[in-house]
Amino acid sequence: MTTLRGKTAITGVGHTSWGKHPDRDRLSLMTEAAAAAIADAGLEKGQIDAVLVKMANSAPSILWGQKVAEALGLQPAIGLSLDQGGAACTGLATYAALAIEAGMIENALILYADTPRTGSRAAMHRPRGDDAVMGWYSVAAGYAMLHRAYRETYGANDEDFGIIAVQARAHGAANPHAHLRLPLSMEEYLSGPLVVEPMRRDDCCLVSDGGAAIVIGATSRAADRSRAVPVLGLGQGQESWEVHLRPDLLQTRAQASAEMAFRMAGIGRGDISFAQLYDCFTVTVLQTLEDYGLAPRGQAGARARGEGVGVDGWLPLNTSGGLLSESGTPGLQLIIEAVRQLRGEAVLQTPAPRFGLVSNQGGTMHTHATMILGEPQ
Amino acid sequence: MTRPMPEITDINRPYWDGLAQGELRFQRCDGCGHAWLPARTHCPQCLGARAQWQVASGRGQIVSWVVYHRAYAPHLQDQIPYNVAIVALEEGPRMLTNITDSATGEGFAIGAPVELTIEEEDGLHLPRFRLRA
Repeated sequence: MTTLRGKTAITGVGHTSWGKHPDRDRLSLMTEAAAAAIADAGLEKGQIDAVLVKMANSAPSILWGQKVAEALGLQPAIGLSLDQGGAACTGLATYAALAIEAGMIENALILYADTPRTGSRAAMHRPRGDDAVMGWYSVAAGYAMLHRAYRETYGANDEDFGIIAVQARAHGAANPHAHLRLPLSMEEYLSGPLVVEPMRRDDCCLVSDGGAAIVIGATSRAADRSRAVPVLGLGQGQESWEVHLRPDLLQTRAQASAEMAFRMAGIGRGDISFAQLYDCFTVTVLQTLEDYGLAPRGQAGARARGEGVGVDGWLPLNTSGGLLSESGTPGLQLIIEAVRQLRGEAVLQTPAPRFGLVSNQGGTMHTHATMILGEPQ
Repeated sequence: MTRPMPEITDINRPYWDGLAQGELRFQRCDGCGHAWLPARTHCPQCLGARAQWQVASGRGQIVSWVVYHRAYAPHLQDQIPYNVAIVALEEGPRMLTNITDSATGEGFAIGAPVELTIEEEDGLHLPRFRLRA
């Protein structure tokens, strides 16, 4: 059996500022991010032969991948827009790695941009099918169902969730690029207003405008091997069922996704130097830590509080602030921070990291993708 | 702005007609016996295309619940706080509903037994549940 382990690498990353972009549109933000990522990879634009775009959450659009390629003035071999919710960017990296290894393309550009902060938040507040007649609205409510189930089943306390928000905000405060640089104390977390109970305001990620891009190519052909971060493991798992139809609210296919990625990477859970986990809501992080086998069931919050998830903690977590503090953008910023860490270029740098773990997920944990990155060789 | 109405189709009409007649219906596969909601043409377990509508006992239990403190649509502004719960029927299907005993979920628990109470609003018959002693 062949393996993708280490065959491809993230050779370039780029992003716009995060926050509000009232005078920009998605194509403008993506073009800025793409130019930065291509330059970071040491490539010319014409060397990009795949343009892979995650569909914009707030504006689903037909032929979106082609509109983006047009804005970039490219006629790539492969151009597409993918919908896997928030798992899509790691999904796209997986298909890019496969196509590169198959010899179909050489350099793939993966992009995302959206403007929900200054544009429309309707997608996040949306009525959810016929169940809207029962008052079933919003993305947040699905996660609140998981939060409740977690809290009641395990007897978890509010601080178990709060530590995830408090630590993310501390990391975001140190990050000059972060959308929200306001530290959060546990007391402030606990006194925050309820949104969809039991979730409070600070359990919920930011709503941010911005764009991001990464370039993936063959590791052996990287312009600068010392800055090419090899992709060691990739995994996916799709829960598919709507949250209310799921037989078990507290186990998802994130477990299968992690198994696939760790098997490909050939490393164990204890080898991980840091994790950038998709923190759209605090419960998502606790659930992912447990589905990934990084903490016992019901114990992720307690372990985070006891052993720390700062840069010097048990597991340095979301070291640039994640969705809760750096940017609410769905996923690429987590990959970019993992690249910065492994290049030794992070603001809050973990000491000599060897293996970095990234999770991307979407829907109400409907979709999941895992990426394990290694240090440049 | 008024509440949204369900999209009635040939596939789900028996469900909404049942509620108007005072019963909660679900589908059961002729081939494998799997029971489900919401309405589908094919069994999601064996993909068989033959199923029967059956009447639920109306008994079930709470799987999880949330309380909205924020109104995500204008017509919900005067309803907050309100709850939405997941209930598992004793026949197996799961559904989103409201528990009528308390808007804010006082006395709710995972696994708490509940029973059906159909309530009419705006000409729509809604399947809600109340806590069972």
